[in-house]
Amino acid sequence: MSPRPGFVFETDRSSPATLFWHGEGFRLEKLPTGARIVYPPEPVEALTDPVAQIRGALENPVGDSPPLSALLRAGMRLTIAFDDVSLPLPPMRSPDVRQLVIESVLDLAAEASVDDVVLIAALALHRRMTASELRHALGDRIYDAFAPNGLLVQHDAEDQANLVHLGLTTEGEDVEINKRAATSDLLVYVNINLVAMDGGHKSVATGLASYRSLRHHHNVRTMQHSRSFMDQEHSELHSSNWRMGRLIAASGVKVFQIETTLNTNTFPDQFRFLERREWEWSLKDRASFLATSFALERAPAGVARKVLQRTCSPYGLSSVQAGEVEAVHAVTTENVYRQQLVEVEGQTDILTMGLPYICPYNVGSIMNPILVACTGLGYMFNMYLGKPLVRPGGVLIMSHPTPWAFDPVYHPSYIDFFEQVLSETTDPFEIEANFEESFARDPWYIHLYRTGHAYHGVHPFYMWYWCAHALDHLGAVVIVGGDRSAVRRLGFKAASSLGDALEMAEDVVGRHPSITHLHSPPLLVARVS
Amino acid sequence: MIADALAGRRIGITGATGFVGTALVERLLRCVPECDLALLVRPGRRTSAAERVRREILRNNCFDRLRSELGSSFDAEMERRIAVMAGDVTRDGLGLDRAGLDLLAGCDVVIHSAATVSFDSPLDAAVDVNLLGPSRVAKAISDARASHPDLTEALPAGEAPREPAHLVSISTAYVSATRKGRVDEELLSEAAIPVGVDWREEVAAARRARSDIDAKSREPEMIARLTRAARSQIGAAGTHLLAERAEKLRQDWVSDRMVRAGISRAHMLGWPDSYAYTKALGEVALLETRDRVPITILRPSIIESSLHEPCPGWIRGFRMGDPVIVSYAKGLLKEFPGTPEGIVDIIPVDLVVAAAITIAAAGPPENGATAFHIASGDRNPLRYDKLVELIRTWFTERPLYDDDGQPILAPSWTFPGRGRVQRQLGRTTKALTIAEKSISALPLRTKNPDMFARLERNKAQAERALGYVELYGAYTETEARFSTRRLIELQGTLAEEDRAVFSFDPATIDWNHYVNVVHLPSVVQHSRVRTSPIPRERTTRLERMRRSVLAPGRRLAIFDLENTLIASNVVDTYAWLASRWLRSDERLRLVASLLKDAPRLLLTDMRDRGDFLRAFYRRYEGEATLQVQEDCAEMFSDLLLQRVFPEGIRRVRQHRAAGHKTLLVTGSLDLIVEPLRVLFDEVACAKLGTREDGTLSGHLDAPPPTGELRATLIREYAEAEGLSLENAVAYADSTSDLPMLEVVGNPVIVNPEARLAVIAQRRGWPVERWSRSPGMNRWRLPLAPPARQGERARAQDRYGRSRSWGTR
Repeated sequence: MSPRPGFVFETDRSSPATLFWHGEGFRLEKLPTGARIVYPPEPVEALTDPVAQIRGALENPVGDSPPLSALLRAGMRLTIAFDDVSLPLPPMRSPDVRQLVIESVLDLAAEASVDDVVLIAALALHRRMTASELRHALGDRIYDAFAPNGLLVQHDAEDQANLVHLGLTTEGEDVEINKRAATSDLLVYVNINLVAMDGGHKSVATGLASYRSLRHHHNVRTMQHSRSFMDQEHSELHSSNWRMGRLIAASGVKVFQIETTLNTNTFPDQFRFLERREWEWSLKDRASFLATSFALERAPAGVARKVLQRTCSPYGLSSVQAGEVEAVHAVTTENVYRQQLVEVEGQTDILTMGLPYICPYNVGSIMNPILVACTGLGYMFNMYLGKPLVRPGGVLIMSHPTPWAFDPVYHPSYIDFFEQVLSETTDPFEIEANFEESFARDPWYIHLYRTGHAYHGVHPFYMWYWCAHALDHLGAVVIVGGDRSAVRRLGFKAASSLGDALEMAEDVVGRHPSITHLHSPPLLVARVS
Repeated sequence: MIADALAGRRIGITGATGFVGTALVERLLRCVPECDLALLVRPGRRTSAAERVRREILRNNCFDRLRSELGSSFDAEMERRIAVMAGDVTRDGLGLDRAGLDLLAGCDVVIHSAATVSFDSPLDAAVDVNLLGPSRVAKAISDARASHPDLTEALPAGEAPREPAHLVSISTAYVSATRKGRVDEELLSEAAIPVGVDWREEVAAARRARSDIDAKSREPEMIARLTRAARSQIGAAGTHLLAERAEKLRQDWVSDRMVRAGISRAHMLGWPDSYAYTKALGEVALLETRDRVPITILRPSIIESSLHEPCPGWIRGFRMGDPVIVSYAKGLLKEFPGTPEGIVDIIPVDLVVAAAITIAAAGPPENGATAFHIASGDRNPLRYDKLVELIRTWFTERPLYDDDGQPILAPSWTFPGRGRVQRQLGRTTKALTIAEKSISALPLRTKNPDMFARLERNKAQAERALGYVELYGAYTETEARFSTRRLIELQGTLAEEDRAVFSFDPATIDWNHYVNVVHLPSVVQHSRVRTSPIPRERTTRLERMRRSVLAPGRRLAIFDLENTLIASNVVDTYAWLASRWLRSDERLRLVASLLKDAPRLLLTDMRDRGDFLRAFYRRYEGEATLQVQEDCAEMFSDLLLQRVFPEGIRRVRQHRAAGHKTLLVTGSLDLIVEPLRVLFDEVACAKLGTREDGTLSGHLDAPPPTGELRATLIREYAEAEGLSLENAVAYADSTSDLPMLEVVGNPVIVNPEARLAVIAQRRGWPVERWSRSPGMNRWRLPLAPPARQGERARAQDRYGRSRSWGTR
């Protein structure tokens, strides 16, 4: 039986309550009659023999590229870069797809007697991965063979000695990337394409770049002109990365891109109810929902977090393609849409969504208020093609406890951003103009980024810029169940129940508003006509 | 006319910086335009007598009216009419130099208002000023006149030598407090009940008491007791500070005993306090030793804010009744003793001043000595219950607000006996003392160190309340009524205009008006209490302080590490490092051994931080330096950063951004603080020696920077960098950091333990409350994540397996 596509459900009086993610817990909310719920498609069929599929992709590249084996020769410098811990979410059950791909690449390299191989985690300005995270992504065999000898490195965007400036794009954008990657005879990039925005030229041009280069597309203007990030035709972020990627190729950097897509089989069995439509919940689903909610609610915040963060996804590999970057990415994007696309008719006055416990930047850690804002306004809001799900001046209602909590190891600059910047202004342009430089150049943040496991000092700014399009578009943002002071600091409003939030929203959009609920994750992209 | 009578005269005034003195100077300058003043003022420690006149007298708001009347000529006019005699009433001859003596010799009248008005001065101080002061002034007047060349030798022919200056000595009506009923205006020597003791013997006894008590304070048992008390107050703050604190406690003890000696002697002889007692003997002494100096004694009752002059409600300092009123309004005095029908004898200061000027203008008494009362009790009595009712009504309508912005309900007094109130307050004080002691003894560090400060404040308040009752209780129970018949007769001799300008008839006071419109608003304004519910003052003070520590002029900021910037200590970091490569059974053993040693470690730490560190760091002996170094880098993220106070780190960076040098002073090991170096210009920490085989020796290269060594290091650093310590800021959390805090001009206390919270409260040091990032697991044991088998083996191969971790 083929998986059912996503669809839009209109509630009536007999509809059961709807599941909302609520951080490290859930809420069951009764949506008003007539509200629409956008459900994601069911997971597409996974490939049955991933290793064989990977091998096949390496030998049958798409676009203008010879097979990988033809590119490998003894004595060459080979660099394999791979996506970092921000992908996929939640982390994938072992073996991670990166492990499978890199093992195949390394087998081919060994066959061709390539000795000089270095693995680079393409962090951009993300935190350095921990040893156990690297081990999880690459598998023990690769880790133990490379890490002790210093051949498994993490990209350092502040290591001036290890960066190379390749020139300016036609728009005058600096392209500065990892030196080892740029000076290798072959750069193999191993990607996991969870959403349409990932991959393509963005892999190298962003993942291996420096702050000097990133600032050209990670800024408020670009973000406001990416409508949405998931729509390559209308994304300024995409265009900038593509310009950079082409310059990288033109500079003689030979990139062999390997992209993979995963199906939306996101949660293990005990959380299967998260992927089912509420009226189809079996007795077992109900029981496991009750048991899970009960346990998570009563567990201390730290324990609930730990339990959820340890959960691994039983993702299945849905496609793998390799070869020339742009050709590969075209196939990848098709595969992403095949899994995630849902047709939605018309915009809504009020968009509701539940935010989960995790986003790309808090793996193994706390989802702080800035990340809450970014997940809702930066990611979920942008999961559209065409027009946003919510009309201009409409209201976004999200559900998340939004505690005033931060991880001082991973997010030190977030704490100061929250205390010093957001207390002054929430306007992205003002923030960019007045504060970005000082955080980006701060030696303490740079020190923590380079030697510890901290996100770069400028990273919280990017999180806020991600929200820029939504902030510009929306009339108001309400967070259900959010910590009042933290939500206020974000410039939003907190409501204690969905009912109250809807009442508050009516003040903005008027009486009898149309309401649409985004039932995600699992992820979906709405094509709004 | 008074102005005419005093025109061209020079009037000497003592105590001009006091309440009555300031009002007197102002009134004479304003209302007697043709007189000159000679003010006897004690030079300050750093300021000259003339400077004190400018700062403490002329700048007082008492002079606002005169200043606006004179306009731009104010300074010149003051310069012309005021002469300053640098001197001191506690010294024989008043400590005057030649110029001062000449000025005094030229005085026609001297008004002596210098006194120690505090009711609880140490006995010998009260004796020196109040008892001997007037006699010294009288003697100085006659000596100055005698030794003045112009007035003795070169008199114009045919002119008789001028009489010595008329001395108007301000005393107190309460010299007769022991009497009941009407008290006439007569000299104590003529009074029906004589004083009954010899003032010379009292002087000698007071001096003896001082040396006896001082000797007692130096006995070995006493010293041991004081040292113990000092240690319990400030903990292991180092030899020097302990010595300083113990000496301070000794001086306080002596002073306290002297106060009690004064009060008990006064009570024994029937006076309410040592003030009235020394004033009374002072009058007797003055009459005995006055020689040819004509004397008028003016005895005011309780002097309070002015009725009309220079403006209604003018007051200087916090007067006797005012603290009681404010404590009442704050709800601290739930009860106060007193007889409801008793008379509270209050006299506004401008009436006292007018009386003194009238007496001065009237000239010396015919029989050489006389006395007047200036009091309200006889002509216009104010009953105690009426006063209390007026105050209660006023504060009910305009309540004060507590720290939380809530209005305070003014209590209703039931006028119980003094004994009952005293017993009640005594019990409260005792309970609070015990609570404070027991909390201070624990090494507690709550999230709310305010608690300790609050306890301390409550105790201080209870003690103060008890003090008020003991001291002032008598004044609400006085049954003497001080007659003002003769003074009023004197007023009758005045011209009509004078009676208007220098009115001192207490019958003219409308008590309702005086209490409601004049006095209470003034008291409230002066006491700086909160009169609105918005808690403004507090936040702005903290804000101001923050801005001030970050001001560009500071240039140096010094930080302690443990519990100031990071909630961690040497035991935590050791446990983490030691557990890094242990198997799980070994980890258990490590935890067990640390728990077993904990009490001993805590004790050593409380005695001497340096010894503790030295002993503890021995545990590192034999570990591979490179391995520890590598592990420390990892520990930084896994332990230290998890426990930082983000606000603290932000403060360090704010100091750097402001261009200040930053200095870290810590007893932690160099290996451990290495990742923090980037925040500081200089790091002073403990450093373990390395042996030839690349292992740690377990011995420190130099004494660890703790206690007084910190102060020395900071001084050296500041000197080398050419930075002023006066402008430096230091952040620390414990009493053992006191030497470091005291060496700089701007100490800031972070998350203090109980004892330091109390010290900070007393000294007005700002307190910061920095907490760990919310949301992190607080209760995680400081152990490293378990190592994988393979990694353990590899570490062993590289550096050799540690042999001692956890086994000691």
